[in-house]
Amino acid sequence: MEFGPHLMLALIEGAVTAAVLALTASGLSLVFGVMRVVNIAHGEFFMLGAVLAWWIAQGIGGHPAWGFGAALVVAPLMAGALAVAADLAVLRRLSYDPERTIVATIGLLYIIQQLTLMSYGPEARPVVAPFDTRIALPWPERGPEGWQIGWPWGFGTTTWKLTVIGAAAALVGALWLFMSRTRAGLVLRATQADREMATAFGIPVARVYAFTFGLGAALAALAAVLIVPIRQAHYLMGGDPLLLSFVVVIIGGLGSLPGTLLAAVLIGLSDGIVSVFFSPTLAKIIATLMVALVLVVRPQGLFGARAP
Amino acid sequence: MRALALHAGLLAMLFALHFALPAYHHGNLARVMVLASYAIGYNLLFGYAGLLSLGHALFFASGMYGAGLLVEHGGAGAGPAMLAGTAAAALVSAALALVALRTRGVAFMIVTLMFAQAGFLTILHFGDWTGGDEGFVLPQAGRMLWGIDLSTPDARYLAALALFSACLLGSLALARAPFGRVLVAIRENEERARMLGYDTLAHKRAAMILSGTVSGAAGAAYAILFGYVGASFAEVQYSILPLLWVLLGGAGTVLGPFIGALFMFYLIDLASGVTTAHMLIAGVALVALTLYAPQGLMGEVRRRLWRGLP
Repeated sequence: MEFGPHLMLALIEGAVTAAVLALTASGLSLVFGVMRVVNIAHGEFFMLGAVLAWWIAQGIGGHPAWGFGAALVVAPLMAGALAVAADLAVLRRLSYDPERTIVATIGLLYIIQQLTLMSYGPEARPVVAPFDTRIALPWPERGPEGWQIGWPWGFGTTTWKLTVIGAAAALVGALWLFMSRTRAGLVLRATQADREMATAFGIPVARVYAFTFGLGAALAALAAVLIVPIRQAHYLMGGDPLLLSFVVVIIGGLGSLPGTLLAAVLIGLSDGIVSVFFSPTLAKIIATLMVALVLVVRPQGLFGARAP
Repeated sequence: MRALALHAGLLAMLFALHFALPAYHHGNLARVMVLASYAIGYNLLFGYAGLLSLGHALFFASGMYGAGLLVEHGGAGAGPAMLAGTAAAALVSAALALVALRTRGVAFMIVTLMFAQAGFLTILHFGDWTGGDEGFVLPQAGRMLWGIDLSTPDARYLAALALFSACLLGSLALARAPFGRVLVAIRENEERARMLGYDTLAHKRAAMILSGTVSGAAGAAYAILFGYVGASFAEVQYSILPLLWVLLGGAGTVLGPFIGALFMFYLIDLASGVTTAHMLIAGVALVALTLYAPQGLMGEVRRRLWRGLP
């Protein structure tokens, strides 16, 4: 394949990554913004979404659309409920002390991951998408009669990938509407801005925290259900989304949804390009070093001071 | 005096166990002593200076690969390999101390985590040299020190005991030295320590380099004594484990790292007989410790029985 179509393919792959990443990272960003908790177990809620989706799809059977549709609703709810339970049982009792909650969420990471290994097993299993047809894409080629539209072999995408991009965009849009236009979103933003003042105004901060932690986990699980037809469900799949979400959230500015979105698109696309043209390992090395350096250069702006 | 007797007593008991233990536990204890040396290194930074690093696997792996690569590609013996590994860890920790200590608290944790992850990925990226995921087995020549074969159980146990003794006594000396006390002051209240005229940044840097170097020495010893170098030792899990050992044993105590490593090693060993998901124990322990016993075992001893326990 020539360079042009190759680059386009990398961009489409990157766009799928970016879409899923935007959803996952907005969950992480929300939890940090409102609760000031760095949730190391975020990637495991992502993994849980994919694994639950496989179980639900298996249990329902019939046409793939039924199983997948059920998974799309039930898996995020279950992951969210588990996160709420974790908040009530663990994080609240640590009074949300930043360093101790990180250690506790590392513990949660291992608990969720290893329990999945014990019950679901070490295999990687796919979930069948409700629909998935291949689309060949056109590309201008120079033929004997000058420029014309050609269909390079192997150059194309699938309807499911395009659906993932569209669905993720719609969901992030819905999240933005929820945060900016509803009363519940207002309560969340008020808690984010000033926890004590929110308490003084009668906002049930404890319940807001539990809800936020659940919502963050549900967003990660939702992203995983969307992507599981393309990338299989596996008990170790939570590592990469966690890493990339950190990159996105830290570069985009913590607690800021537009920044998170912009960074997700940027990181997703560049991850796609570097992975296709160089190596996926190199892409990850660059991403991790980027996070570290951003934090070192601007430690106060991101973690020290409260996000505006 | 009582403290010195306690720690010397532990070392004497470990020496006596060399003659008493059955082969399986003899081998395990040698491993635990090397891992406990790693935990002592971690404790210098976390327990005394109060800096929670999530990236010590980088230092452990620096020591391991510094030693292992010199043996594999340079044909060196155990002595030079040990020195090279320790020096490599000292260099890496010095570089990281310059960069990462610009941050504090949560940002420090994330920065160390990310640098360690970058280190792990770098090992994978240069797979032609490092053997990537699979790692490599150290050739026999690299496990000889002054004509002693360190791969035999006896020599291995005694070498591990020597390393552990040096780390334990060094840590005890540090806890009582002015330097160690300044670190504790920084942990308790950095502002106040600075007001008293201490250069807190320089102290934290020194603590981080010392901690990284000890961790690297443990990594180099692990490679030489157990004969295997692999990328799994650079993974996040090997940054979390020393944290877990120190939390369990008691952060800021001299004996804590050993107690924690010993308990955790046998817990995970027992669990892996039952299930492949043995890290579940580690997860449960982390959550339970943060919730119910943030001081750890020796911390509880210090609180209830012996206030002067170093």
